[in-house]
Amino acid sequence: MTNQDKQKPVLTVRNLCVYYETPKGDILAVDGINFELFEGETLGLVGESGCGKSTAAMGILQLVVEPGRIAAGEVILEGKNLLGLPEEEVRQMRWVKLALIPQGAMNSLNPTMTVSAQIKDVIVAHEGRHALKDIKPRILDLLATVGLPGRIVDMFPHELSGGMKQRVCIAMAIAMNPAVIIADESTSALDVVVQRIVAQTLLKVKEQLGVSMIMIGHDMGLMAQMVDRVAVMYAGKIVEIAPVKALFADPKHPYSQLLIESVPSLRERKPLRITEGITHDPRNPPPGCIFQLRCPHVMEQCRQVAPPMRTNKAGQQVACYLYDQSEDGELIHARVAPGNT
Amino acid sequence: MPESLLEIRNATKVYKQRGSGGTRKDVVALQNFSLDIPKNPASIITIAGESGSGKTTLAQVILGFVRLSSGQIIYDGQDMSNANPAQLKNYRRQVQAVFQDPFGVYNPFYRVEHVFNTVIHNFKLASDKSKARSMIEEALNIVGLHGEDVLRKYPHQLSGGQRQRIMMARAYMVKPKLIVADEPVSMVDSSLRATILDVMMRLKNDAGISFVYITHDLSTAYQIGDKIFILYQGGVAETGNTVKVIDHPKHPYVQLLVSSVPEPDPDIKWEGEITLPPEEEMRSSVNSGCRFYPRCPRRSNRCLEAQPSLYHIEDEHDAACFLYESVPGGKPVPAAKSALETT
Repeated sequence: MTNQDKQKPVLTVRNLCVYYETPKGDILAVDGINFELFEGETLGLVGESGCGKSTAAMGILQLVVEPGRIAAGEVILEGKNLLGLPEEEVRQMRWVKLALIPQGAMNSLNPTMTVSAQIKDVIVAHEGRHALKDIKPRILDLLATVGLPGRIVDMFPHELSGGMKQRVCIAMAIAMNPAVIIADESTSALDVVVQRIVAQTLLKVKEQLGVSMIMIGHDMGLMAQMVDRVAVMYAGKIVEIAPVKALFADPKHPYSQLLIESVPSLRERKPLRITEGITHDPRNPPPGCIFQLRCPHVMEQCRQVAPPMRTNKAGQQVACYLYDQSEDGELIHARVAPGNT
Repeated sequence: MPESLLEIRNATKVYKQRGSGGTRKDVVALQNFSLDIPKNPASIITIAGESGSGKTTLAQVILGFVRLSSGQIIYDGQDMSNANPAQLKNYRRQVQAVFQDPFGVYNPFYRVEHVFNTVIHNFKLASDKSKARSMIEEALNIVGLHGEDVLRKYPHQLSGGQRQRIMMARAYMVKPKLIVADEPVSMVDSSLRATILDVMMRLKNDAGISFVYITHDLSTAYQIGDKIFILYQGGVAETGNTVKVIDHPKHPYVQLLVSSVPEPDPDIKWEGEITLPPEEEMRSSVNSGCRFYPRCPRRSNRCLEAQPSLYHIEDEHDAACFLYESVPGGKPVPAAKSALETT
């Protein structure tokens, strides 16, 4: 834990549960996740479609809409639990403290408003009325920060390319100088070259402003390039959190191992690793470990009680019975014969 | 020379567009593209490139959705532009398609079995129900699924990967010679992509079906592709054996493309920062010179004067760049005069 003790968490998520109501029972989209986001770090939140990563973001921002609801948990930002606050106070914190770059950001711009009008909207909503000419220099500054030329300021979204629109969304997210930015699949619909430009913009902005960031995605290559730590999510639960180098060098959880092995490489041709998607009904997860139905190492005890999260000295956390904690705090392979409890 | 299954000769597609003030701005979506797929052995031909590079236009041309402005498509020795109805029907049966969006291609009101029943009905594949059922089962097994697991389900109950594999099974049912797969994995989760790539490999190896695999993802192409064409703004920038092209890219665009693929290794980071020139400059050199000129780090005046043709670099490896004009033994790959110049 030494590594983490030094850093101050900006955002703490405790036991966050977001459920979607259906006639046949609640879908446990996010089921008790815990993590901390430290000052100035980028945390990747990865997992396959339907694992709850976007829902977790919506839960943190309290933008969950019907039939979803936040069933339990705490989201602590700068000492305040957002989940206890009245809606108006939370609204004031969005953009200012906590900004979102939404999934498919390029389609989230209003097609009838110019770039400057959209960015002005953000500022006006939090600082009250401004004449456009007073804040235009500020808008131009923001565009320059994300590497866009000033001439696009009066253009409409359809006049911009996908990568440019994406960067306008980044400019909006940093307009109020937030403490935390959540980027939900912010580069997934772009070509590799443009994706690289947008990713570099995000990294540069993060460094300049010292903002902390949660990056949601399923591209492990992009994660390796951009984040400091990775939280691996499977079917509503976080199964492993680790510094990015540790995760790629020594993934502990069988699901993390599978995720990393399934990344197609540009360096060597190797046999493909075949896997199915989430197999259980998200309304009735099996008792015990969430990954048991797909796990190649499943043991009897996995089917009874969910494994606790264990942390080693380097800050790698894993919820899996394959590992025991040694006396000096390392995660070591547990000596459990298959079938034993 | 092995016999050709599908041959595309100098295919060019120009979309006419009216600009402001009555000026005509034509968009060349595909320029002077040639491709030869041999009958034997079956192979996976990758068409890669960014949005707007012409890869989907090429798919639509092969599938007959779009007519060429000039050039020929020859299937099994027959020029498809003057094929008779029976030949066309045969072509549509032997050349099947799998599309990008595994969510949009299904009618959400019907169960999965409807997809198969429609194919069996349209192509009169089976004479009775039990024969139809066993055909469906065989097709599903080849993509790693089982009838009792999926047939009675509705599309929304399946994962994106499963839906895409069912589309492969549907295509397989009519025993095609060629499947045009337009971005079949781009909307499927990265951890599930391998299942679809594996099905493509199996259909190629076991059923002898060739693929035109259209993608913007070089890493999946690297894993399964035999030959690759990398398009840039409608023209071929580089082509050849997939491993040779990706291991040692020659064209400056392809070098940029390959180095931009995020490496799944935190110790190997992107080198250097890249920027794009303003949008209006990007397409300015459309009619004269190399199209990559505005972005090229190694450009010279020569590149503005004429479009480079494909130069032969080594066995199974050509690049369209003047840098390779003087490669020892290198000579331009003969190509017919560009349709643009003649019209």
